[in-house]
Order: sequence, then C-alpha cells, then structure tokens
Amino acid sequence: MSREVLYEVDRLTKVFSTGFFRTTRIYALNNVSFNVMEGEILSIVGESGSGKSTLLKVLLKALKPTSGRVLYRGVPLERWDNRKYWKEVQAVLQDPYSSFNPFYRVSRPLLMAAKTYMPEASEADRLKAVREALEFVGLNPDEILGKYPHQLSGGQLQRVMIARALVIGPKVLLADEIVSMIDASLRVNILNLLYKLKKETGMSVLFVTHDLSLASYIADRILILYKGEVMEYGDVEAVYSRPFHPYTQLLMKSIPLVSRRWTGRITSTTIEFKTGYIGGCVFADRCPLATDLCRTTKPGLAQAEPDHYAACHYASKSAGLWKGV
Amino acid sequence: MKLLEVKDLRAYYFTPQGPVRAVDGISFDLEEGQVLGIVGESGSGKSTLGSVLANVIRPPLRLISGQVLYRGSNIYSMDPEKLRQLRARGISIIPQYAMNALNPTSRVRDIIRDLLLSHDASSDELNYRLKLARERALQLGLPPWALDRYAIELSGGMRQRVTILISTLLDPEVLIADEPTSALDVVVQRLVIQYLKDLLDNGAVKSMIFITHDIALVNEVATDLLVMYGGQAVEYGPVDEVLRDPKHPYTKGLMVSIPEPGVRIVKRPLTGLKGEPPSLLSPPSGCRFHPRCPLAMPICSSEEPPMVSVGGRRLVKCWLYRGERG
Repeated sequence: MSREVLYEVDRLTKVFSTGFFRTTRIYALNNVSFNVMEGEILSIVGESGSGKSTLLKVLLKALKPTSGRVLYRGVPLERWDNRKYWKEVQAVLQDPYSSFNPFYRVSRPLLMAAKTYMPEASEADRLKAVREALEFVGLNPDEILGKYPHQLSGGQLQRVMIARALVIGPKVLLADEIVSMIDASLRVNILNLLYKLKKETGMSVLFVTHDLSLASYIADRILILYKGEVMEYGDVEAVYSRPFHPYTQLLMKSIPLVSRRWTGRITSTTIEFKTGYIGGCVFADRCPLATDLCRTTKPGLAQAEPDHYAACHYASKSAGLWKGV
Repeated sequence: MKLLEVKDLRAYYFTPQGPVRAVDGISFDLEEGQVLGIVGESGSGKSTLGSVLANVIRPPLRLISGQVLYRGSNIYSMDPEKLRQLRARGISIIPQYAMNALNPTSRVRDIIRDLLLSHDASSDELNYRLKLARERALQLGLPPWALDRYAIELSGGMRQRVTILISTLLDPEVLIADEPTSALDVVVQRLVIQYLKDLLDNGAVKSMIFITHDIALVNEVATDLLVMYGGQAVEYGPVDEVLRDPKHPYTKGLMVSIPEPGVRIVKRPLTGLKGEPPSLLSPPSGCRFHPRCPLAMPICSSEEPPMVSVGGRRLVKCWLYRGERG
C-alpha cells in the first residue's frame, strides 16, 4: 500500500517584524519540517503563541513564508494556482459564529461553494450535492437550509462549515481549533465526524488544537509545537506512551484528568518570563534538565524510534522522568 | 460553620422576547473549608449564578426570589456600608473574562492601591498588602515587573492572573472563581489552581465556589460538585462520589463524552450527547434534560422531577431515582 505524500514541509520559517522601527523579529515558525500523508489525521498541538495558527495560514496560502519550502503533491505552494489549490485544500476555523454572514441564510455559503467549484453542474445537481453534504455531517437539510446563523447552535454551524468543505470535495481539511467553542458534551460528535470523513472519503485532516486529549483521540500522528518550533513529532501511540521531550512531559503532567490527581507541586520557574532564545533550545529556560549546551546550541529533530522524533539534546535521558506520572 | 446558605435562588434576564430563566431555583449550603465546583455547559446559568451570589445584579438581569445568607444575614437586604464590607472581606469574585477587567490606563500597582484605599486601608495595611501582592505575583508565575506595568502591556494570560491576584488580595472569606483559567495554557492553569489551593490551605480564603465547564478541573480543586443544566441544579454531592458514580443521565453522558489523552477512536470510540442545550427562554416542559436523555420516560416530559436524596449527601433531580426517596 503506497500512500501519496500530500505535504512536504521543509525548514519552514515565518518571521514577523514588529516594533516602531520593525526591528523586533518574532519567529512565529522556525525551521518546521514534517510530512502529511494521504488519508491521515495529523494533530498539531501547541499553546497560544506556539505558531500553530501561523502554520495553518501558510498551508492555506494566506501567508507567505519567510524561508523554507512547502510542497503540496510535489509542487511548491507558490506554483499552485489558487483556485486549483483551494479545490484540494479547505479550512474550517475556530469561531463558527464569525464564519457566517448573519444577514444571509446558511444555505448561501453552501450554494456559493457549489457554484464556484461545480461551474458546469445544473442548479438541481448543486442543491443535491449540498443536501448530501449536510446529511453526511448529520444535519437534516430540510431543517437547516432555510435557517439564519443565529437560529443554529455553534455545533450545528461548525457542521455546516464542514459540509461546505465537503461540497468542494477537498483532499485536505485544515481544522483550526474547531471544537474549542463547542460544549464538552457535543465535542466528541464533531471529532467522530472528522474521523468518519477520513474513513469514508479518504480525506486528510490537519487537526490543530491546544488540547492533548482531543489531539490523540482521532489522530494517527501528532506534531507538538512550542514557540514556533517542533518539539516532538510522530506516531500518536509512541508519543503518548513514551514522550521523550521534557516539554511534552510537562504538558502531560499538567492536564487535569478525571482519572487521577496531580501529585506534588510545580514551581513558577516552569512558567516562561521571556521570549525564546534564538541561539539555544526555546524550552531551555523552563526545562528541568537544561545545561549550557541547551542554552547555546539548538537541538535538531532527532529520531528516537521508528516514526517518533524529538528535538532535545537529552531525549534519551529525559524519557526516564516520565515514569510515575 | 456555614458561611453561605443559598435558598431557592431565581434570577432571570428580562429580554423583549420574554424572561430568560438563567438561575431557576438553586439551593445549597457552603461550609467553611468546602470548595464547591459548579459545572455546566455554556448557557447552563453557571456564570449568572456566580454574579448573583456575589450580588452583582445588573439589568436586564433581575433577582426574582430567594435568599443568600452570608453568616446568617441576607446579602440582598444589607445596608450599603455592610455591603461594602462584605465586598472587601466577605465575598469576592474573580469575574469571567478576567483579562478584560483591568483599567488599561492605570499601572497594576495603582489599581491595587486604589482598591486598598477604597476599603479604608491604613498605611501599615497598605504597605503590607502591596508587599503581599508582590509575593503572590511570583506564586502566580507573573514576572517581577508585571505590577509596574500598564494592563495593556501585559498578555491576556498575565492580565487574567493579575485579576486573580487583585480579587484575592484582601483575603475574602468566600471566593467565587468564574472560569479563572479560561485563557491560560495547561501549565499556567496548574499553577493558578495550586495558588488558589494554597490560599485555602493557609486560611487566607475560607471557602470557594469554583465555576467551570471542565469536569476534570473540578476533580483537582473541589470537595463537592454541583452540576447545572438549563438553569437548574441536576446533581450534587461529594466530588469523588459524583465522578466515580454519576447518577444523573446528564452527568453520565458528560463524563463518557470526554476523551483522556491516549484514548483513541480506533480503540475506544466515544459518543457525545445528542441534541442541543435547551433555550432558557422557553425551556422544555418537565425535566429540562428530557429531549436529550437516553433514558427518558413518559413522566419526564410532563412533570418536573424533584431533587431527591440518593444516600449520604448526594442529591439528584431525576425521575429515575424517585423510588429511592428516603
């Protein structure tokens, strides 16, 4: 079984200049490399400021990278014609309420998508495609099509957005924090829907989230970002059962769970005070294992085991810390 | 020692479409040392309950009925001077959206100074509290310079922690924390929870009401749990018992729909609840959960179930347990 590589992201860097004289440089993304295969769900996990949304914007061709290369199906992103590219890659964003124009019925964006991407089809065929897409996401087209956005809940609107993407029939869905505004009792339904998309249509999903639990639930592989850099990357089972990076371990220890309570205390020095070192490891100022090497030399992403990579000089040592958490 | 007695509290928002029954008959007691976690989804009325308990009731929200007794006296019929004292040392609230609660044109330390002066702090008291503020800022993981900056110079997460610092600086007996960690990353969230628990352990705060949508976070802080649905309490009890053995179908559904890290759909698919949370403008008849309940019976849509005891300190508002009423 040979699956096509959809994305090859190679040393992607995005620098924003800010300040009065544009002299402050912020590395929103720094040397980020990873692949996305056909028909897989890759979760991209990071805190606020980790660069996860910037990454998605670059992949959506909404931002130009400063350096590095992104190949989509072997062709550099900038050589793709926008319309053709967006036929293959669609996005659903965080806030369903601001994705809709409140003055129009929700049927409008669906029919517009059908019109743009199925120009030859008849009106009836387009409507049929829209109805099928709504049914796929678990909504009743007769109930939904005539409604205005304010008449639907966040969960329903998010399903409509996924249906809109389905009408276009992309190969890749970019999902940016799409359940963060949805109630806990309904979140898992949206995640199940993403999984159904992958299973039944072979679509790849890039699922961006800050929540490690949601990330592992549907993903095949996971990419953990911190301050614009990849900390850990690989197969979900491997990363969750043997997290090598001290940052991943700190995250895992800090999630509140129903099944266990925190043990011990954390110190406030594990909270960052300043923006990362460009010279050394970005996590060094919070890391319990940091040495002079970490503060001066940036660790590269190294393979820890098959399909499991970590960017830490002491990845093999730190693995022991995980025990007992 | 009972610090709060909440009796059949009702508060509605009066909108042109009609009253929105955000808090509709809530009763509970809060003892010294107790941390009551209030869990509910958006629109369940949990934040409205928080403001009503703190006596922050602004139109279109109106108190309809009920009492909140703080050390035996009703907070809604206090004279202004007693109310001012209550706000200083009695009941304090960390408001939701705490990161937007600060005046952007004042330095944080001046906001703190104004707060202390408005509560008639002596100069000794003032110096003591300002020193305390700097110590507590460090415990909250705030950089040492944070108190000397203007609020707009701080990140959202820092502003949220500054508001937590200010809300707890006068050591209120009862602290109401409304989603205090909503804008924080998990590591900082853990630090804030640790800070709040330290305040309880060293007696600075006597008891706490912790409002959140995150049932796992309640497991970390609370001694007791109140589950809200559609403006009403549907389940109450000690946190360990409720989380280990939830009784109400809503609590059960909520708990099985939250994945833990490493739980994967390929091995253990989860199902969320069906349907949508109810509109509080026209709540469903009978039990407000019945349209979404997998165990609904005919009586559920016609009659509202009473809150019944199911042993120990546990209460459930569900017709399934009427036989166990003791």
